Amino acid sequence: MANTQTIAHQLAEILSKYHADYIEAHIEESQTSHITYRGRELESIGKTTSVGGNVRALVSSGWGFTSFNSFSDLPRRVELAVEQARLAGSKENKLALVAPVVDTILTTTNNNPVTMPLAEKKQLLDQYNDIIWKTPKIQTSIIAYGDSFKKTIFLSSLGSYIEQDRSDIALRLAAVATEDSEVQQVGLSLGSRGDFDKVTSLHHQVEQMAQHAVELLSAPQVKGGEYTVVLDPVLAGVFVHEAFGHLSESDFVYENEQLRDIMTLGRKFGSSELNIVDDATIPGLRGSYKYDDEGVPAAKTYLVKEGKLVGRLHSRETAARMNEMPTGNARAINYRYPPIVRMTNTYIEPRAASFEDLIGDIKEGIYAKNWYGGTTSMEMFTFSAGEAYMIRDGKLAEPVRPVTLTGNVFTTLANIDAIADDLDMNQGGGCGKGGQVPLPVSNGSPHIRIRHCLVGGR
Amino acid sequence: MEKILAQAKQVAEEAEVFMVSAEETPVQFEANCLKHIQSKQSNYAALRIIRKGRIGYAITTELGDRQNLVDAAIETAEFGTIAKFEFPSLTVYPRIKVFDPDIESVSLEEMIKLGEELINTVKGHTQDILCEAEVTKGTISTRIINSRGGKVSYRQSIFALGIGGQLIHDTNMLFVGESQSSCHPTIKAENIARVVLQQLELAKNRASMPSKPLPVIFTPNGVVSALVPPLMAAFNGKMVLQGASPIGNRLGELVFDENLSLCDDSTIAYCPESRPSDDEGTPSQRTPLIQQGAIASFIYDLQTAALTHTRSTGNGSRNNGGLPTPTPSAFIITPGNTSFDEMVNDIKEGLVIEQLMGAEQGNILGGDFSGNVLLGYKIESGKIVGRVKNTMVSGNVYQALKQITAIGSDAKWVGGSVNTPSIYCPSLSVASK
Repeated sequence: MANTQTIAHQLAEILSKYHADYIEAHIEESQTSHITYRGRELESIGKTTSVGGNVRALVSSGWGFTSFNSFSDLPRRVELAVEQARLAGSKENKLALVAPVVDTILTTTNNNPVTMPLAEKKQLLDQYNDIIWKTPKIQTSIIAYGDSFKKTIFLSSLGSYIEQDRSDIALRLAAVATEDSEVQQVGLSLGSRGDFDKVTSLHHQVEQMAQHAVELLSAPQVKGGEYTVVLDPVLAGVFVHEAFGHLSESDFVYENEQLRDIMTLGRKFGSSELNIVDDATIPGLRGSYKYDDEGVPAAKTYLVKEGKLVGRLHSRETAARMNEMPTGNARAINYRYPPIVRMTNTYIEPRAASFEDLIGDIKEGIYAKNWYGGTTSMEMFTFSAGEAYMIRDGKLAEPVRPVTLTGNVFTTLANIDAIADDLDMNQGGGCGKGGQVPLPVSNGSPHIRIRHCLVGGR
Repeated sequence: MEKILAQAKQVAEEAEVFMVSAEETPVQFEANCLKHIQSKQSNYAALRIIRKGRIGYAITTELGDRQNLVDAAIETAEFGTIAKFEFPSLTVYPRIKVFDPDIESVSLEEMIKLGEELINTVKGHTQDILCEAEVTKGTISTRIINSRGGKVSYRQSIFALGIGGQLIHDTNMLFVGESQSSCHPTIKAENIARVVLQQLELAKNRASMPSKPLPVIFTPNGVVSALVPPLMAAFNGKMVLQGASPIGNRLGELVFDENLSLCDDSTIAYCPESRPSDDEGTPSQRTPLIQQGAIASFIYDLQTAALTHTRSTGNGSRNNGGLPTPTPSAFIITPGNTSFDEMVNDIKEGLVIEQLMGAEQGNILGGDFSGNVLLGYKIESGKIVGRVKNTMVSGNVYQALKQITAIGSDAKWVGGSVNTPSIYCPSLSVASK
């Protein structure tokens, strides 16, 4: 195995010989294992090891970037990044000042899930699979477990040298039920910061998931149109991520005059009850870290406070161009990509209402739970529920087929008229942007109620 | 590579080594200006063994560290699936052209010029537009060897050009875009710009949609965003094997409109999805999936085909370096003979869908699609009158494609992996506000 510290020291020496406005490098060593099931049988089991690095250089406003997993000609990699940056740069460079950091943050406990015996992981997944298959009318199951342990070294021409490690576990289960030519599926997504215990006691949830897939076979589809919708914490977390989180990423905004005008700090987006936060400093969540991939300390950033836009997520470059403070949100999925502005742990802060308060005065509405996915075009967003129920006369009624909801960020946030007290962070998400997917993040929210939400249907 | 195979053969009945080395150079423009130039080098080796009848699998970027790779494969083989197939012993493969040596001589300066030309053309039409663009060139070398003497290696060139533009007026946003890819480094900026300019023209006016069932024309881009993902899942041999595909037991039956024909093809010269062999040494082929509305075949890799007692269709791909799994190559939908304008002229009130956002998030296995019309236009009395917003369209592929009013004569490549004409469906659920 290549010695990453030796490579890092060689690179530090080489960086000092080249002239650019700024140069940084990442060296990364990672191990992963995965087990997947499709149906009763195990489909795939495997392990990977990977070592690689990159060099990123800034000259004027242009970035050059080289990534590699051959370490034979490091000076040439650095030279190439600097040449590319010189070719790309035209305007004056701007980068928020940060103090150089020398730090080593390595997990003290033995927290590498990859080295756990595969037999132990397989035994657990077998139990879950058995539960799914015991349910009548289940046609097949899909289980995907993956874990990773990653050690990175960051160094920069400012003199920073940061060693960090990160463990991650992601588990997705789905039950597929069929009858005649109807096919329905329900999924469950979880994750943790490398702690295997967090995925070991899901037996009851897995059973409910499988039963719900069967229930959906006979469930009706809702009629498309506008509804009052109550979202559970998982789906509301996806909603806040898609509907607002992405718009807070300053790389969409910083060179876009019109969008900057729209996203002026102080603009009112929601009621005075609404607070939205992105926070990478919460210990133990999948989006947490101490330093981002530009060596900037992580922060807790209020995006919306009392309904008003008060902050946004930055890299060093976007912060400088917008004359705001860096927030430590530059992240890369691995060494093959440069860091870009990303979310970490994004959530709506809890308020005082109860779930019963939220549904109590709804004559006809939809309770949407769990998630399939979500996507955004900044103005418009869609997100889809994994489960849905009608609300009739203030009470939960019959299950309906999963629904896709859509909205416009400039009106939908203002339509949130009640926020409950039961904040829950979902660890099952993976975010995609600029081809970098899935990045570990978490999303959360209490139950929320949205008026006039557009729902697709028959 | 031969050394890895030799070492693996000492501990396993069968073994296969798959090796990829790739170089990629993306040039990226942000807010109409050149911003990033990158060069990415990567290589890895994947070892698949059959030990005590079971499959073991491991991957590494550390090509010199053979012992660790073999050990990891042995560890996973203890729990692996029972192998039902044999590695192909072929050494001769169809000659499919996927490498254009001209890729080597394309300079960064030429790529920058191409991106600038594209952005300037679009800006020349709409001054306020903000564009992101990307010009990428790359080469990929793939080699596979196995313990039965099978051997294949090939080199592929990739060139891609794409643009995304946004136009913002107050809180009103319009997104347009187009991309193309090929093994030839000869994609013309004007061909991409033409599509984007047409989108900008059609979206100039706004129109409001009613909420009711309406006729819908999916443009080639619209077909790919809404209708293709459920089809890709349904024709996957693995889904069929598990009984999760709604059409799995309907081979030979008329399921779709009899004018609809679809095939999977990895043999088209200079198409980015083409190659002489799939990722486990099965020769590439053209596989009819829908013939005049009837289910003709599904796509398979070696293991899935063996379990189904059929032959691999050469669709074993290693997505992100994983074990081979049935994966579509290029999907080709046969064009019809109705022009796009004739379709529009036929509709009194209806919708053209160019991009349906979030359509792939629903119950894809069941064939459902439901999404927000990110880019689409209203038809009134046979004419496109303007762009629609805040509109959702929902349907089910098996119902929508059972009776098609017309299939377009306007087939084109979408990205580099689907070639399709426009498709005109008589009635779909539209919800708008």
